[in-house]
Amino acid sequence: MKAICFYFQIHQPFRLKNYRFFDIGNDHYYYDDFANDDIITRIARRSYLPANEMLLDMIKEYKKKFKVAFSISGTALEQLEQYVPEFIDSMKELAATGCVEFLSETYAHSLASLQDPEEFVAQVKAHDEKIYQLFGQHPKVFRNTELIYDDDIASMVQAMGFKGAITEGAKHILGWKSPNYVYKAATAPKLKLLLKNSKLSDDISFRFSDSGWAAYPLTAEKYLGWIASLPQEEQLVNLFMNYETFGELQARESGIFDFMRALPRFAGDHDIQFWTPSEVIAKLKPVGEMTVMHPISWADEERDASAWLGNTLQQEAVEKLYSIGERVRLCQDRRIKQDWNYLQASDHFFYMSTKHNSDGTIHSLYSPYDSPYTAFTNYMNVLSDFMIRVEQQYPSDIDNEELNSLLLTIRNQEHEIEELKREVDMMRNNLEKDLTGDLVEEPATEIVPEEKAPEEKAPEKPKRKRTTKKTLAKK
Amino acid sequence: MKALMFGWEFPPHILGGLGTASFGLTKGMAECGDMDITFVIPKPWGDEPKDFARIIGANCTPVVWRDVNWDHVQSRIGHVMDPQQYYSLRDHIYADFNHIGTNDLGCIEFSGRYPENLLEEINNYSIVAGVIARTLDFDVIHSHDWLTYPAGIHAKQVSNKPFVIHVHATDFDRSRGNVNPNVFRIEKDGMTHADHIITVSNLTRRTVIEKYGISPDKVTTVHNAVEPLSEELLNVEVPPKHDKIVTFLGRITMQKGPEYFVEAAVQVLRKVHNVQFVMAGGGDMMEKMIRLAARRNIADRFHFAGFLRGKQVYEMLKASDVYIMPSVSEPFGISPLEAMQMGVPSIISKQSGCAEILDNVIKVDYWDTNAIADAIYSILEYPSMYRQLRENGLAEVNQITWDKAGAKVINIYKAISGLTP
Repeated sequence: MKAICFYFQIHQPFRLKNYRFFDIGNDHYYYDDFANDDIITRIARRSYLPANEMLLDMIKEYKKKFKVAFSISGTALEQLEQYVPEFIDSMKELAATGCVEFLSETYAHSLASLQDPEEFVAQVKAHDEKIYQLFGQHPKVFRNTELIYDDDIASMVQAMGFKGAITEGAKHILGWKSPNYVYKAATAPKLKLLLKNSKLSDDISFRFSDSGWAAYPLTAEKYLGWIASLPQEEQLVNLFMNYETFGELQARESGIFDFMRALPRFAGDHDIQFWTPSEVIAKLKPVGEMTVMHPISWADEERDASAWLGNTLQQEAVEKLYSIGERVRLCQDRRIKQDWNYLQASDHFFYMSTKHNSDGTIHSLYSPYDSPYTAFTNYMNVLSDFMIRVEQQYPSDIDNEELNSLLLTIRNQEHEIEELKREVDMMRNNLEKDLTGDLVEEPATEIVPEEKAPEEKAPEKPKRKRTTKKTLAKK
Repeated sequence: MKALMFGWEFPPHILGGLGTASFGLTKGMAECGDMDITFVIPKPWGDEPKDFARIIGANCTPVVWRDVNWDHVQSRIGHVMDPQQYYSLRDHIYADFNHIGTNDLGCIEFSGRYPENLLEEINNYSIVAGVIARTLDFDVIHSHDWLTYPAGIHAKQVSNKPFVIHVHATDFDRSRGNVNPNVFRIEKDGMTHADHIITVSNLTRRTVIEKYGISPDKVTTVHNAVEPLSEELLNVEVPPKHDKIVTFLGRITMQKGPEYFVEAAVQVLRKVHNVQFVMAGGGDMMEKMIRLAARRNIADRFHFAGFLRGKQVYEMLKASDVYIMPSVSEPFGISPLEAMQMGVPSIISKQSGCAEILDNVIKVDYWDTNAIADAIYSILEYPSMYRQLRENGLAEVNQITWDKAGAKVINIYKAISGLTP
């Protein structure tokens, strides 16, 4: 018996408009709405929607024996809600079948896991909340942006309570080992790892319609034959890919949809099942430990983080961005919070990659810019403006500690006020009870001044806040 | 393989990029080995490097028989070429050229520059080529730029050897489309007679195919390269400076697009103040540019450095933080490569040939002054942009060497001589 574990990634960034240096300090809207609308709508029409339809049919036809998992970034969900709401409905329908698992990830599809642990945790929480709100599931398995993973990330992920994580079966990490087993993280022994089978995944997502490929044309029968002929002990095949594979990377005319539809039928012949990542984690035991000192990912030939952090442009952009992370988290301004999310999308840094080998062409294929240097210039102009806005909220000449203590005072006051309010309410209740009951009037007199206190204090709350802000501005 | 090359300029006495490119290519080909190159120029000075090519001066080649003794020849042209060569050339005078007017050695005088009577000089050069082609033994003829096409054609007719022309520029580049019919005729004639045409960029290749109606099979691009700079130039001293410097270096003519540089400077100066703009070079649009800068009210930050020579060029580059070449049409454009060698981040127009081979530069449309301004701002304000362009640019330009270009040219020679399948 063997099992296939499918997981599809859906992500779209908010692409930036052409933002000139004159706009810095003047224009605070950064996004190319036209391109974002155009791209997500096109991909949804050509790929996401027909693919969803296909999955729904398959789940119905094979009576819930066909299962898949999704990882959808928060930014993609926002775009889909805005431009292709029918996709969200269709996804809800899929979720209702019980055969679809949603994975956890960072809300902004960001590199926070490598740069800013605090931000990382916050984003994962935000994402999981969004998933629950839309699809009613609490994700149990974690998948990081572009499958980025290392030992430190493993510890953080375990600490957040995840049972499993998904990453790349990078050859330089696995060596002679096979990706077709469950492993556990060396630094987080309770965290089970599912590794992508690169060869079999890429056969579908990259090579399927390549007529120069020796195995072309790929049929479901042939493909499952390969899986069936794997050694007996290798029970698991993890097929992880972009959801755009269906209809976009591989055009509808290539027969990719029919290929998928045929999979479960031939799988039955070979006694191959379909499991979700959670099922895998519940059913299989780890066979060994995996140590990953330097981050791995599923990108490029190197399978490392160099696609996003490989050159000095990318390093400066990322460093500058996360240098204000702490400040932004102190902020309450919603627009700042939103831009902060959108600006973190790893795609912005991907566009700045200067790898000029065969992999580099992939970068230019996805990039809206004609060169990494333009990508950098545009992003940095936007970031400069964003930093000015954050600075206006909290001037940088007040250091974080001072600011923190001031904010803490404000928060403590709020807290205090709330507590007092609660106390008052409680007392009031008690009083009412007492009044309805047969107690003497004496305690009532005691409570009266207490009742007044919150009334005095409550209006004081905004007042105090304002004064602290003023002092901040003066400083 | 023996090649007979016709050129117009050769270092150190050069007037433009043609001499540098001819020299680099010749040297690169010599480095590939097994090449015997004779390089003909109108007027050698005697201090040309001779270690990888034999130099023959057109003004040392007799076209009229004169009875002169060895010592006289030695004293007159000994510093340029071997007197024995003079005598063997003298044995191959093929017609009576007394009417042209020759000197005591029976040679025609050449200016070696671009004089008023250029067409006459080109014609004389071709007469001389007839003598040389009859004297020397060679396998292939190679003409650099239109001035030497007639000479090449003549040599081909005499020797029946394969003929290659090297298009360093066309008149369409020089004149923004306003072509001189005489020049066009000579260029077209050369292209028609050539067995193969080498262009310095795909841009020029397209011009040759589209504007001159040449079959694409016959035209191959061999991009130019750069000579490594000497330690002395790399470590040239520059005075301390207070502001960042953005530099335009080249002829101030319509072809080079200087007005776009001024307009971009206007934009940048609205936002950044500690920056100076320098336009170095001379040309017919200089005064217009000075007026433009004054009208835009940036004259205090916009300087005209005049024509720079030799070491001054490298001092200027070394002091620069950004180099910019907004050429409207540039067959190749060697100067950004030199800027990169000096570690200066460069902005070049997409309309220049070198944009085809460079990755670590910023490419913009020459007319897009917004994009030029954005690029300048980005290099000035974001340190990693400067660093990345500087370091990667340096690494990239060091890979662009003449021996690679030379090897390509040798392969073309072999192909047209029927030596390779």
